[in-house]
Amino acid sequence: MEKKIRVLVAKPGLDGHDRGAKIVARALRDAGMEVIYTGLRQTPEMIVEAALQEDVDAIGLSILSGAHMTLVPRILELLKLNRLGDRPVFVGGIIPDEDAIALKKMGVAGVFGPGTKTEEIISSVRLALTGAIEG
Amino acid sequence: MNQVDALLQGDRLALARTLSQIENGTSESRSMLDVLFQHAGKAHIIGVTGPTGSGKSTLVNQLALAFRQPNGTNPPSRVAILAVDPTSPFTGGAVLGDRVRMRDLSGDPGIFIRSVATRGTLGGLSMAAAEMVTAMDAAGFDVILVETVGVGQTEMEITRLAHTVLLVENPGMGDDIQAIKAGILEIANVICINKADRPGVEQTERALREVLDMNSVNPSTGGSFHHFMEDENQDAPPPTGSPAGWQVPILQTIATTGEGISQLVQSLREHYTYLQNSGQWKSNESKRLRRNLESLIREVLFQTWLSRMNPQEYDQALDRLFTRSVSPFHLAEELIASDFASKTPSIHLK
Repeated sequence: MEKKIRVLVAKPGLDGHDRGAKIVARALRDAGMEVIYTGLRQTPEMIVEAALQEDVDAIGLSILSGAHMTLVPRILELLKLNRLGDRPVFVGGIIPDEDAIALKKMGVAGVFGPGTKTEEIISSVRLALTGAIEG
Repeated sequence: MNQVDALLQGDRLALARTLSQIENGTSESRSMLDVLFQHAGKAHIIGVTGPTGSGKSTLVNQLALAFRQPNGTNPPSRVAILAVDPTSPFTGGAVLGDRVRMRDLSGDPGIFIRSVATRGTLGGLSMAAAEMVTAMDAAGFDVILVETVGVGQTEMEITRLAHTVLLVENPGMGDDIQAIKAGILEIANVICINKADRPGVEQTERALREVLDMNSVNPSTGGSFHHFMEDENQDAPPPTGSPAGWQVPILQTIATTGEGISQLVQSLREHYTYLQNSGQWKSNESKRLRRNLESLIREVLFQTWLSRMNPQEYDQALDRLFTRSVSPFHLAEELIASDFASKTPSIHLK
C-alpha cells in the first residue's frame, strides 16, 4: 500500500469560524491527502493528542480569534514534549505580518493569510514533507 | 528500546507509528506483526456498523465513555477506536472527521483513537484494519471499537474481524421490505435503534424483530442466512437467534444524550460472556486464524505463480480467453499444469 500524506486540520481557541479550515481540508483531500479534521474549539492538548494518535505528517491550525501568539507557541511546546517536534506546523487565519515573522521564527513552517490560494497551501505542505515522507 | 517493546509497554507514540507502518505495508511492519501477533488475542473486538448518518461516531463516543466506567468490581476497560472512512475514488484523498464527535474522549490515557481511510479496498474496510487491530490488541486495549459504514460488502468483512457486531439503525429505517433486503441484519449480534426520540421507533423495532424471528426459524442453516452469503460455508459466523444460541437484542438509544447507553454496553458485555461460555469465542478465533492463513497462502501461491509466468505467454493465453476460444476453467487448469510440469516451486513470503 502506498504511503499517503496525513494532515491534521484543527481549530484551536474559541472562534467559531471553520469555513476556512473546511475549505483547506477539502483542498488537501482533493490533492490526494488524508485529512483528519477535529472540529471547533480544540485545546492545544487535544490537538497534540490527536496529532500523536493519528501519527500525522503535518499539522494545520486555523485561528481567526487573534489568539495565535498564545496558542501556537503552546502547541509547538507540547508537540516537542510529545516527541512530535519534527512535524511541520502551518497556521492559517488573520495573522499580522509581524506576528507571521515571529511565528516562523518559533518554527512554524508556513503562515497563510486571507486570499491564499489552496494550491499554495498544498505545495507548501508537499515541500515541507519532501524527503521526510519517503518510505 | 525498540518500537515493538515500547508499544507493548504502552508507549502511545510507538503504537501510533506502528499503525502507520502497518497501514503503509512497510517491510518493517511484517516483522513487527510477527511479534505483536503473539501478544494479541485478548481484546474484545466490537464492530459498529450502520448507514451514514445513523449516529455511529456519537454512539462510539458514548460507548467508550461507558466502557471507561468500572464494571462492578472490575476496573474500567481500556478502549481503542478504529474509525474507518471511505477514500475518495477520484482523488485518493479522504477527510476523516469522526474525531469531531469524539471530543469527550480526549485527555484520557485509557483511550486511543485512530482514523483510517479505506484506500480503495473494495469491501470498504481498510485492508490493513485487521492488522491494525492486532497492534491495538497487543498494546493492551481491552475493548476495540471498529467503526465502519455498513454498505456493500463491509458487513461481511466486519464479521470476519469483530467478535461482536453492533448494527446501528434509526427510526423510520428498516420498514419490513427494507429490512429483508438489507441483508445486513443477519450479521448483527446486537442491534440498536439510535435517535430513538424520533417518531417511528416502534414500527422499526417491530420490523427488525420480525426479520430476526424469520431468520431464526430457517432450519437448514441452523438459524441464519449466512450460508447463502458466504462463499465458504466453514467461514460462516455462528448462527444468531437460534433457540439454544444468542438472542439478538434490539435496544433503543439516544447517543446525543447518552440515553440507553448503559443497557447497550451491558448487552455487548453479555455477548462477550456468551461467546466465552458457549465455546464460540475459541472456535470462532480458530476459524478466523485458519481463514487468514489460508487466504495468505492463496495470495502467495498466486503471486508466486504469476511471477514465474512468461508475460508474453500469459498475454497469448489471455487473448484466447478474451476471444472465448477457451473457457476460464480450462485455461486455469492448463496454465497451472504447465507451470507444475516445467518448474520447481520456489516460494517466498515477502
